[in-house]
Amino acid sequence: MTQASLGESVVQKVVHAQNNGVDASKTHTQPLWLLAEVTYRCPLHCAFCYNPTDYDKHTKNELTTEQWIDALRDARKLGALQLGISGGEPLLRDDIEDIVIEARKLGYYSNLITSGVGLTEKRITAFKEGGLDHIQLSMHDITEEINNFITNTKTFELKKKVAAMIKNHGYPMVLNVVIHRYNIGHIKEILEMAEALGADYVELANTQYYGWSLINRNQLMPTKEQIDHAETVTNEFRAKVGKKMQIFFVVPDYFSDRPKKCMNGWGEVFMIVTANGDVLPCHSARVLPNMQFPNVKERGLEWAWKDSPAFNKYRGDDWMKSPCRTCPEKEKDLGGCRCQAFMLTGDAEIADPVCSLSPHHHVIEKAIEDSKNPQLQAQPIVFRTDKNSKKFVNDELPELIKEFHALP
Amino acid sequence: MTTSVNHADIYKLARHYRFQWEDAQQCYVLLFPEGMIKLNGGAGEVIKRVDGNKTVGDVVQELEATFPDVPDIQKDILAMFDLAVEKAWLEKIE
Repeated sequence: MTQASLGESVVQKVVHAQNNGVDASKTHTQPLWLLAEVTYRCPLHCAFCYNPTDYDKHTKNELTTEQWIDALRDARKLGALQLGISGGEPLLRDDIEDIVIEARKLGYYSNLITSGVGLTEKRITAFKEGGLDHIQLSMHDITEEINNFITNTKTFELKKKVAAMIKNHGYPMVLNVVIHRYNIGHIKEILEMAEALGADYVELANTQYYGWSLINRNQLMPTKEQIDHAETVTNEFRAKVGKKMQIFFVVPDYFSDRPKKCMNGWGEVFMIVTANGDVLPCHSARVLPNMQFPNVKERGLEWAWKDSPAFNKYRGDDWMKSPCRTCPEKEKDLGGCRCQAFMLTGDAEIADPVCSLSPHHHVIEKAIEDSKNPQLQAQPIVFRTDKNSKKFVNDELPELIKEFHALP
Repeated sequence: MTTSVNHADIYKLARHYRFQWEDAQQCYVLLFPEGMIKLNGGAGEVIKRVDGNKTVGDVVQELEATFPDVPDIQKDILAMFDLAVEKAWLEKIE
């Protein structure tokens, strides 16, 4: 739903906790994190959503409650511990209460990742009784104008109410704020708002460019100077606020010299089950060519994780090409993101172009330049709506995707 | 070594943290919003005993009795407490 679970922050938090490097891979991986993207339907229309632009194809073939519960059970047997219930907006389903109860019984630490739209006293009480462990709320800005603009909805006041509701029910307050050009100048105020709301954790997730955010890249990308400043402000705030509020600043990969260790490695610790039952090693894996992803309706999760060709394809480093293959840093980042490599260069097995050692790094430099071009900046944002999604499905917006090698 | 932890201190698991044994991983884990820690054997034995009643000294004594062959176990236990407090996995009961 938000970019929270997409970014490195979540991944890194697993990494420093344990030894999850490549060495331990291939035969001993476990899907410690299960992300259940239970629906792609969403009342918000965020311009930076990482969901696939053709999500509209998957809104009428969602898994049933029973199928979700089976998936939870199977993943738990494989070692899954952290459960994210995400979307779209998961609260658009009326069976989240049942899923939460089952998750608790199975021993998951469960997290509802929500925009807050649809959260009522009645539902949150049921979640608490059912054993939901925490709720991650997306916030967008301190100003009503920008919140409502970037989500293309009027949800600002509602979000503040929901934040209070979460706190009143004794939940840890986890706020996720996706950062982009329109709110990056307000980091200090956003953190002050988080503190005032009593947030325990704040994720400042710089937009990464997948799905809708890739389409809107020129309109969303801040400058390097803005990001550096935002990080400085964050560090100052962190020093001031101490341990009572943990702040994670997810650095945007376009401005790094090296790529992120995407998903902490392909098929290493993350497993995603999408609304229609596809089982993926990362959120956007369906953009990759010549890949058949497993579906829970066909075979179980054990086969998907351990034996499916898709999950094994990029485990370890046998698949790597030059310059990654001989790179002394290859284990640090595993060559970055396969989806980004393919989307931006047309080859899924070369270095993520974010890497300054990639022979295709110029595509990133061009993207950064383009985002400074006033003419491109002024193009209208394409909001995440069913109508726009249908247009992408029907190939009615070819201009917007012509520079990418797959539909974002 | 310097430590912020005293023998008379009493700790409990921080709010919103869950500690449980995991069969699939054969270890204790700490679960919390957005993260998890797999604890090695020794760390698991320490956290298992932190219950909001026992003092640090009680935990040291218990572990010394349970693992009499481990040399200088107290140092490791206090280091574990230090780490857990620093990481905010544990909260001190005032």
